[in-house]
Amino acid sequence: MPVTGTGRTSRIIRWIDYRLPFVAMLEHELHEYPTPRNLNYWWNFGSLAGIMLVIMIVSGIVLAMHYTPNAAMAFDSVERIMRDVNYGWLLRYIHMNGASMFFLIVYIHMFRGLYYGSYKYPRELLWMLGVIILLLMMATAFMGYVLPWGQMSYWGATVITNLFSAIPLFGQKIVTLLWGGFTVGNPTLNRFFSLHYLLPFVIVAVVGLHLIALHTHGSNNPLGIDNKGPQDSIPFHPYYTIKDAFGLMVFLIFFSIFIFYLPNFLGDPQNYIPANPLQTPPDIVPEWYFLPFYAILRSMTFNVLGIPSKLIGVMLMFSSILVLFLLPWLDTSRVRSARFRPVYKWVFWFLVIDVLTLGYVGAHPPAGTIVVVGQVATFYYFFHFLILFPLLGKIERPRPLPTSIGAAVLGPAGAAGGN
Amino acid sequence: MPRFVPGFVFALAAALGFAFAGPARAQEEPPPPPHQQWSFEGVFGTYDAAALQRGFQVYKEVCSACHALKHLYYRDLTDIGYTEDQVKGVAAQAQVTDGPNDQGEMYQRPGRPSDPIVTPFPNDQAARAANNGALPPDLSLIVKAREGGPDYVYAILTGFKDPPAGFKMQPNMNYNEYFPGHQIAMPPPLTADGQLTYADGTKATIPQMAHDVTTFLAWAAEPNLDERHRMGAKVILFLVIAAGIFYAAKRKIWAALH
Repeated sequence: MPVTGTGRTSRIIRWIDYRLPFVAMLEHELHEYPTPRNLNYWWNFGSLAGIMLVIMIVSGIVLAMHYTPNAAMAFDSVERIMRDVNYGWLLRYIHMNGASMFFLIVYIHMFRGLYYGSYKYPRELLWMLGVIILLLMMATAFMGYVLPWGQMSYWGATVITNLFSAIPLFGQKIVTLLWGGFTVGNPTLNRFFSLHYLLPFVIVAVVGLHLIALHTHGSNNPLGIDNKGPQDSIPFHPYYTIKDAFGLMVFLIFFSIFIFYLPNFLGDPQNYIPANPLQTPPDIVPEWYFLPFYAILRSMTFNVLGIPSKLIGVMLMFSSILVLFLLPWLDTSRVRSARFRPVYKWVFWFLVIDVLTLGYVGAHPPAGTIVVVGQVATFYYFFHFLILFPLLGKIERPRPLPTSIGAAVLGPAGAAGGN
Repeated sequence: MPRFVPGFVFALAAALGFAFAGPARAQEEPPPPPHQQWSFEGVFGTYDAAALQRGFQVYKEVCSACHALKHLYYRDLTDIGYTEDQVKGVAAQAQVTDGPNDQGEMYQRPGRPSDPIVTPFPNDQAARAANNGALPPDLSLIVKAREGGPDYVYAILTGFKDPPAGFKMQPNMNYNEYFPGHQIAMPPPLTADGQLTYADGTKATIPQMAHDVTTFLAWAAEPNLDERHRMGAKVILFLVIAAGIFYAAKRKIWAALH
């Protein structure tokens, strides 16, 4: 919709838009952008993730103004932020708990995509860009956790970078390159700080691509059927801007409970002990958002065909995320939404339980039944994606789809809801 | 197909059942520290100012013989209710190494509020040399750096006992019920009721001293807790109201659609 009107502001906007169609683009993407009228609250998590990224970048930039990336000073500089920088404790608790919130939001966002088939045609690249964002987030969060240079920072960095030593032939060389030396030390901290500052901006760029892909075919919706005409959609603004704003407030309440009342609940007490290369902590446990992957990594306790268990564990861990790239092709069902897939609806929740089980296993020392549970859960994770998923699409008989979103939501036969 | 479903339910339920049955952990694990009442717990919790000052007295007269508090400055003590003059007095009791002066020499001077709290030993090696090779940890963050937080610190301070019959002690070690492995290099710091005389007349029993010094160390680890709790209540109240307004607006805007 071109800007109309004859006032001074309209003339200025028209002058700019003729040369750089910025306002026209906003108008197009926010106001005209047709959005399915039936999006439920699970669709709030995309915009929440975007806002969380901004919160992390802003709080991180200010923290970086006070932080010292030097192995001898990093721990003390973080304490200085906590004690002597004005509202430094607030900034740090926002940033530290923000990482957890960001992962929580993104995991919910991904499970929403899994439930409603949002990765299916024509949104395959949209989904794959999302998986790239997840990988970048993981790298960023891992390196960020190293920066306070506490015991868990140091030993977490040691364990995770050592994974690369499992790679045949070049493994040890890669590890030395990551460390910038022969052990985790000051050069490691310096390069991690540099990359921790860089990667969020790479994430911003990939989020841009994610949004372009999203706006090409628009949002999926709880019914998983295509937009068939004007009765099916509403403008993004004001309907979803206000819904997102309400959701944001609810999320910020949840976030605030952690910042103000449980700031260290998700952290490890060991990280308030300065890094000590001579003393290994009793349990080296990653942050909660890595626990399922950590459990998969540790599930391999035996060599297979002469391949060392460590290498297989590392490959399984990376595969557990890489398999998500193949999801659009592993899912053979014609129907997107689990609402109309009577079996997948259950299978989906088994995957959720399986991932939670892996998280539980990852948090506990690998001994006794924990090992077996971890192996069963790891097996089921891959079984779900590689065998169950492709088979299910072929043998499951989906329920009939409504004729259109509008008919389902507004019409007398709008009984298709109920989820 | 639906007939798959019961199989998976069973497999996963079995897996979860095993998971929660828990592994048999080593017998060396100390019992979890018993929970104590702390004034700073809960949403509206604040530090008990009198306990903080008594706790500082315990730190100064007992703990500071071996343990540093290196992330704190004398000036921070105004936060626990001391006046600036009192803080100047406390700081002046310590000798601080300063310099170099214009002769190029280091010199000693009385402490000032802007100085970090003086450490009992110049470095870790000196600390070990004076303590049979053991390093007394810095206490600035001890409450945040231990699983169980204040309950753990309190349990250690009050958990010294005679070793059970047949328990083999290493030389210069002390038996403590709550310390991992039960052998701690620190001798019992709080030895007798009335070990010190509280300035405010409170009876200095061992549990009282342990509770006070733990409160003080909790403050040392998290000096902004009071402000954090107060700000949190305001922020959340604001957000609840904002959420209500946005929800009403959302209802009104969407009303036209239905």
